[in-house]
Amino acid sequence: MQVKMTVNGTEVSGEIEPRLLLVHFVRNHLGLTGTHWGCDTSQCGTCVLLLDGEPVKSCTVLTAMADGHEVRTVEGLEVDGRLDPVQEGFMQEHGLQCGFCTPGMMLTARWLLDNDPDPDDHTIREAISGQLCRCTGYENIVRAVRWAAEHGGEEQAEREPQESSQEVQA
Amino acid sequence: MQTPAPVDYARATSVEHALELLERLGPESRLIAGGHSLLPMMRIRLAQPECVIDINGLTDLDYVRVEGGDLCIGAMTRHSTVLASPVVGEHYAIFHEAERQIADPPVRNRGTVGGSFCQADPAEDLAAVGSAVKANLVLRSSQGTRTVPAREFHAGPYETVLGDAEMLTEVRVPIRPGSASAYDKVKRKVGDWAAAAAGAYVVLRDGVVADVGIGLTAVGAPHFCAEEAEAYLVGKTPTDEHLLEAGRLAAQACTPRADQRGPVAYKVHLASELTQRVLRRSVERAEGRS
Repeated sequence: MQVKMTVNGTEVSGEIEPRLLLVHFVRNHLGLTGTHWGCDTSQCGTCVLLLDGEPVKSCTVLTAMADGHEVRTVEGLEVDGRLDPVQEGFMQEHGLQCGFCTPGMMLTARWLLDNDPDPDDHTIREAISGQLCRCTGYENIVRAVRWAAEHGGEEQAEREPQESSQEVQA
Repeated sequence: MQTPAPVDYARATSVEHALELLERLGPESRLIAGGHSLLPMMRIRLAQPECVIDINGLTDLDYVRVEGGDLCIGAMTRHSTVLASPVVGEHYAIFHEAERQIADPPVRNRGTVGGSFCQADPAEDLAAVGSAVKANLVLRSSQGTRTVPAREFHAGPYETVLGDAEMLTEVRVPIRPGSASAYDKVKRKVGDWAAAAAGAYVVLRDGVVADVGIGLTAVGAPHFCAEEAEAYLVGKTPTDEHLLEAGRLAAQACTPRADQRGPVAYKVHLASELTQRVLRRSVERAEGRS
């Protein structure tokens, strides 16, 4: 069957089997491998992306169900070479080690900050509670989201361009 | 890699259209709402429908409202919507306390109230809530509409009384002035099914239990409820001693199975303890209201 949807602001289409899960469409058909594929059982949350603006586990959504809808993946966080404050926060606070859970974590953080620009630690922990991280013990992820909140987390579109990520990293 | 077996896909544009598709495509077709119960079963091939009928477009079934003295929740209402609804919280704290413990936030963004009831998982939280508050479920087919008490909706594990071409459209809960409710669940981790869970509402009159409902899940309670315990409590003062006996009666009616979430004796203990806790919390809240 034919599907058409908006992914990171761009209209895409594809010929798919109805049984194709959204995570595989995004990775294999669109080549957007930033969305990771983990447990296959809607437990780990590494496949989280935003569907119509909300975090969902894309291993448990049929591509056909996303037909006509809007998808945002981790590749859509950076705009015109500018990192999202959430991405900067993960660098600043070392919110990752192996990086496998990071795309899903960052998208949930993006959604959280869009809805609650100043979340406390408990709210952040609740928001990411469906996503596993085996490296950080979550502490640094919570700090990373807090960092983003404190550095204009809710105003991504209006932000002034910042220095490049390389400099931040150094 | 887990992939569903080949399946056809149809998208319903209205309740009438969904019912028409169900009739046309036959008993091997399945409605798919959030898909967070059906798709996992399809991935491991426990379910192999010939066609899934996507009802996510039926946004007219996505609502929470008060109507005719009932709290009404549309079948396509997402768990996250119920959790965020002040109207739900105002009348039935039990829904919020259960929803907060159902799966995890991304799953709650997709999973629906109707899907939870229709999946009929023996450890489903909303099944216990529906039985506790004596909800009524509105079922529609091309023949018309019928209402089935939540306590009669489940025919067994993963089985309901829904006909092949029938769909759940609404959950209705009578609003009981002065009532208060609560839910409590023991689970191993976020997102896990209950080892055991219980929910209750109470109405007090002059310090005496005038009306009560008790629901239990994951412990093999018949129809997810505890009728003997309810009958025992009506007309009694909600003392610790009476709540203890109600917990005992509730647990006595349960037939849990040992699994990775615990042995039988543990679950029976939980059934009693959780029943007492939710009754006590409901009573405290009801007393706070009067």
